[in-house]
Amino acid sequence: MNETAAQPILSVNNIEVIYNHVILVLKGVSLSVPEGGIVALLGANGAGKTTTLKAISNLLGAERGEVTKGSIVFKDDQVEALSPNDLVKRGCIQVMEGRHCFGHLTVEENLMTGAYTRKDGHGAIRDDLDLVYSYFPRLKERRSSQAGYTSGGEQQMCAIGRALMSRPNMILLDEPSMGLAPQLVEEIFEIVKLLNEKEGVSFLLAEQNTNVALRYATYGYILEAGRIVLDGDAAALRDNEDVKEFYLGVGGEGRKSFRDVKHYKRRKRWLS
Amino acid sequence: MLFFIETVLSGLMAGVMYSLVALGFVLIFKASGIFNFAQGVFCLFAALTFVGIMEKTGVPWPVSFVLTVGVMIALAWAIERFLLSHLVNQEPIILFMATIGLAYFLEGLGDLMWGSDVKPLDIGLPSGASDWMLDTFDIYVEKLEVVAAVVAAALVTGLAVFFQKTRIGRALRAVADDHQAALSVGISLRTIWVIVWSVAGIVALVAGIMWGAKSGVQFSLSLIALKALPVLILGGFTSIPGAIVGGLIIGVGEKVAEIYLGPFVGGAIENWFAYMLALAFLLVRPQGLFGERIIERV
Ligand SMILES: Nc1ncnc2c1ncn2[C@@H]1O[C@H](COP(=O)(O)OP(=O)(O)OP(=O)(O)O)[C@@H](O)[C@H]1O
Ligand SMILES: [Mg+2]
Repeated sequence: MNETAAQPILSVNNIEVIYNHVILVLKGVSLSVPEGGIVALLGANGAGKTTTLKAISNLLGAERGEVTKGSIVFKDDQVEALSPNDLVKRGCIQVMEGRHCFGHLTVEENLMTGAYTRKDGHGAIRDDLDLVYSYFPRLKERRSSQAGYTSGGEQQMCAIGRALMSRPNMILLDEPSMGLAPQLVEEIFEIVKLLNEKEGVSFLLAEQNTNVALRYATYGYILEAGRIVLDGDAAALRDNEDVKEFYLGVGGEGRKSFRDVKHYKRRKRWLS
Repeated sequence: MLFFIETVLSGLMAGVMYSLVALGFVLIFKASGIFNFAQGVFCLFAALTFVGIMEKTGVPWPVSFVLTVGVMIALAWAIERFLLSHLVNQEPIILFMATIGLAYFLEGLGDLMWGSDVKPLDIGLPSGASDWMLDTFDIYVEKLEVVAAVVAAALVTGLAVFFQKTRIGRALRAVADDHQAALSVGISLRTIWVIVWSVAGIVALVAGIMWGAKSGVQFSLSLIALKALPVLILGGFTSIPGAIVGGLIIGVGEKVAEIYLGPFVGGAIENWFAYMLALAFLLVRPQGLFGERIIERV
């Protein structure tokens, strides 16, 4: 189904998600993330990126959403019926869109909540705290400030650092670039790359910022109205004329939908 | 002057009770966004169980205390299992209604198990006036009230340490801040709810015992919850220090008003003064004295 050779750590097979029992949002989404890979999930507002990530981490339940079809396999186990708590213990954690730091807790307390599910003792957790501070020196400077009063960039770092504290194998990262200055976006993605290389964390990252995402990811999927309309190696996607036109803002002819231009392609994919 | 001090002191002691009850409200409200109408009945139910176990089995009070703590934890678990878990994601008003139902259910259950007569609660707490205060300052203070204040202070300190320093305490505060994010880092809301309701149950037990030691364990105990409402308005629904300070202000305000204003308006101010104060306060500072500042930035 996809061209990456490595064993997938995560595979999502043809899932359908319904909110409130009636609103069908994902209409059969399949994707996979190879062990140690960075995969981008791209798409415009409302395409269903967040819904896909929440279906995987099972945060959907809290929003009256439900996976009604398909399966999700993480490290060879079916996980769609597991609670977020179980998933975090197994090494899959989500960093939510909009950071969601605990505003009244200090930065360090925020990081420590990430270790909530761990049972390997105080020493190991302290070591990881130091590790997080080594990746995000700015968090160390602000360790005793209330997270609610830190800057957007610091909060994004805090949210990623908090997730790291759970010792994950896989992070579902939802729009890390949201509301950040380009320079800071670059800084965050550099750290993502570093974490991927040094700590071996696999990433599935949802982004609207197609340009940055495709530079750091190895593979990408493009989601439109609850369906994957295109996928491929990041380099290939970057050179794809339609991606250039619709998502990278080069080329012209006004805004169209993949649905019009690439109908045959989508068809083909759905039949495969 | 001495009389005034006596009044203030006795107000403070009563206020401690209000603080404890309000504290139970705040804990549950912070962690689950539920206004627990049953908090007052919790006090009654806990005190009834505590006295009932002693009466029926003849065990000494510390044993009964431990057993009752067990009952309150079991109750918290049952509430989560049979009530909250089915109503999760519902409108706050529905959850509020559920706690009204819970209040009546617990009232009935307490009656059924332990009978509805007034029960004296005697666990050997000292009573009468404190001689030392009387001798040194010529001030009349009930020993029992001093004990109640000390116990309450210890309980609050213990809770504060628990919230600030422990892993579970941190998780509780995390849930209070942002329950979605708490879920995302693997904190199980159901576990947290059981813990919070247990803590609220234990606080209710302590309040119930103190109150019961003063005036017996009877239905009116559940009505102290009505005093908690103005305390909450004063202190802010989400603030633990607010609950404590608010309780003390209401306690003192009531007593002072009763004695110094009462004669002018025909007495019985104590019954409504708290509400007047709360109302006045609502107009000036609706978020309460210590209402949590809403951090407004993204
Ligand atoms: N809790 C919910 N209840 C009902 N519908 C929802 C809910 N959450 C999302 N939706 C709908 O599902 C669709 C996909 O939303 P989703 O948040 O997954 O998109 P997204 O790709 O993450 O968009 P964005 O880039 O704006 O974050 C939208 O049409 C949205 O209105
Ligand atoms: Mg989104």
